[in-house]
Amino acid sequence: MSFLTDPRWGEAFAHLADYLGNHVRVSVAALALGLLVSLPLAIAARQRPVLRTALLAVASVVQTVPGLALLALFYPLLLALASVTLAWFGFGFSAFGFLPAVLALALYSMLPVLRNTITGLNGVDGELIEAARGVGMTPRQSLFAVELPLALPVIMAGIRTSAVWVIGTATLSTPIGQTSLGNYIFAGLQTQNWVLVLFGCFAAAVLALAVDQLLALIENGLRARKRARTALGSFGIAALVVATLVPALARPASSYAIGAKTFTEQYVLAALMADRLRAAGLSASSRQGLGSSVIFNALAAGDIDVYVDYSGTLWLNQFHRTDTPPREKLIEELKAELEKQHITLLGELGFENAYALVMPKQRADELGIRSIADLASHAATLSIAGDYEFFSRPEWGALREAYGLPFKAQRQMQPDFMYAAVASGEVDVIAGYTSDGLIAKYDLSALDDPRHAIPPYDAIVLLAPKRAGDEKLKAALQPLLGRIDIATMREANLRASGNDAAASPEAVARWLWQRIENH
Amino acid sequence: MLTQSFTFRWKVRSCVRGVLSTLPMIAYSHVGKSFAGRGTERVTAVDDVSLEIAEGEFLAIVGASGSGKSTLLRLTNRLIEPDQGRITVESEDVQAADPVGLRRRIGYVFQSGALFPHMSVADNIGITPKLQGTPADKIATRVDELLELVQLRTADYRDRFPHELSGGQRQRVGVARALAARPRIVLMDEPFGALDPLTRDALGDDYRALHRKLNLTTVMITHDMTEALVLADRVAVMRAGKLLAQGTPAELSKNQDGYVAELLRTPRRQAERLNALLPGDGAT
Repeated sequence: MSFLTDPRWGEAFAHLADYLGNHVRVSVAALALGLLVSLPLAIAARQRPVLRTALLAVASVVQTVPGLALLALFYPLLLALASVTLAWFGFGFSAFGFLPAVLALALYSMLPVLRNTITGLNGVDGELIEAARGVGMTPRQSLFAVELPLALPVIMAGIRTSAVWVIGTATLSTPIGQTSLGNYIFAGLQTQNWVLVLFGCFAAAVLALAVDQLLALIENGLRARKRARTALGSFGIAALVVATLVPALARPASSYAIGAKTFTEQYVLAALMADRLRAAGLSASSRQGLGSSVIFNALAAGDIDVYVDYSGTLWLNQFHRTDTPPREKLIEELKAELEKQHITLLGELGFENAYALVMPKQRADELGIRSIADLASHAATLSIAGDYEFFSRPEWGALREAYGLPFKAQRQMQPDFMYAAVASGEVDVIAGYTSDGLIAKYDLSALDDPRHAIPPYDAIVLLAPKRAGDEKLKAALQPLLGRIDIATMREANLRASGNDAAASPEAVARWLWQRIENH
Repeated sequence: MLTQSFTFRWKVRSCVRGVLSTLPMIAYSHVGKSFAGRGTERVTAVDDVSLEIAEGEFLAIVGASGSGKSTLLRLTNRLIEPDQGRITVESEDVQAADPVGLRRRIGYVFQSGALFPHMSVADNIGITPKLQGTPADKIATRVDELLELVQLRTADYRDRFPHELSGGQRQRVGVARALAARPRIVLMDEPFGALDPLTRDALGDDYRALHRKLNLTTVMITHDMTEALVLADRVAVMRAGKLLAQGTPAELSKNQDGYVAELLRTPRRQAERLNALLPGDGAT
């Protein structure tokens, strides 16, 4: 199969209208908000050196914060704010998706606009400003009729820079729940679907270039005082915005939003649930690539309707429990805890996806390591790798408390690269996932946990508070409960980690459903 | 020969002036202004200047750069504020007037035009009436009138932009802009300084004619004594912020001050040298 006829292109194109539309909407809203704040600030600051210095310093500092971090920071901030407004003023708002993305991106867009507006205004010929006063203009009239029009080309150049930055950075708004072209990139990275990654990057680049060229046309028209060019550029921008707004307005809002965290298994399970909902005549859309802490809060707030989490993860991270009861008891207590937040624990899928320390079987045999307790005595000479969150998760603390484990070195890795890394000897041990198909593929072995430091991690289906009484939804998902065993999930994950068309989450979800039906 | 014909013209004008109202159109009384210089010292730009300009009069203020002549002009319509003294325009203390309103009723011609580069000729000329809220059709009529008045043929110029004009055309537009709101007073800051001699001469004469036709009161800043003598009824000489002398050319010629005498000698010497070099030129 040639690269160009790869059916994954078609799959990517199918999402384009949705992803691109959302991307343009969030970018345009952020840019508009950024301009609305930056322009008056710059105008106010141009003759106040102290304010000017402070503003530019703050904007520069914001610029040094990595885009992903800035976006991620806005989520808890807004969540806290929403609970405050709910308590004080009786209304809350969604801290998920659009709002935090727009705020963070708007903040990100400010520096070039501030800097160029101040530079542009200060660069206006002093003689012309005096002439403006001389012909009888008030300071306000001088600003709007003379200074701003003359500074406009420089200001436009700043807006262009901002626009390109915002469009590029908007791809990072996927993990906080805002659909964007970043969905291609995050999904592609997680499932090692490079076609998707390329497609996402390419689409974002084309969009950035197109907007930049349209704004360049406006800037050029302003500089050369050619009204036609300015009008053409403005028309292009307006057309782009309208084109992305129309389908959003025309399309009925999808009734069920299915959440997925940032790894392959989650993409497959989300696709599986979406298929079940559609089969039951419900409409469904997925919100993929959500951060581990974002997704639970999004469910609690009703921003998503359903997703799959793991009992141990909630036990430790959400409810901060340190005891490790037997699995049935843990599920029971978890159910009670969740009910306090009106979240429904619909049931278990039937498999467990626990964190496990994993090393090549051959190496483990050589060193005589069968359990984590055996590993402890070798740890000082070994290195360990985990995903981005593992070393800050309570599981890691519990493991170290139970076994010691003074590893020589710790590394963080993209989850899908860890298995290859440990198989090739790049690292000695990884904190992998027990349901991962790659454990079998690379002939690795998951070490026993004799002291039960790590709690059970049964995959459980959670429903949002507003779906607690939704029998249609429950009925649609019921056939999945208890029907996916660990071997099946491993195979599904292995299939999804491949790098061909049959490895798309949708295709694997269909395979998985056939397995469930036939058993 | 040149000077004789000038003296004759002054006499005629002085008579005209005598008939007009005795209340000055513009009056400066002990006006002073200083600016922050380097460090803590202050630079005095205008030092205790008292001067009166009658209605219908054309006064030229002559001085080297840094003599304070431009500062004095800017004080008149409150582009800057005085430290000491009192300035009245049409008998009204400018400090009591609304500065924006004051500027709208005083025409101002800037050095090298200072036309707004993003506005067409018509928009530049019509700016003050527009600020005053004059309806667009009236502004359009007024713009055509003014283009005619400053000898720029209407259809050709009104939609052009300043960068498409020559220096002389730009300054004609500058004059038209100053006259748009029918001011009784026009202030001119070295209006013809950057122009070539022929254009400069033509524009000076044309403006002089306008001044008379519209019964304007004009204060013109220049560093060129010849220009001042040729165009103005009366000349004031400034040096280092002080008003050294004022009067008609005849009055000035009697002034004992060395600097004033030197300023007056230069154009005369040039005229005599030219007369010698160009015999038979039509000055007789």
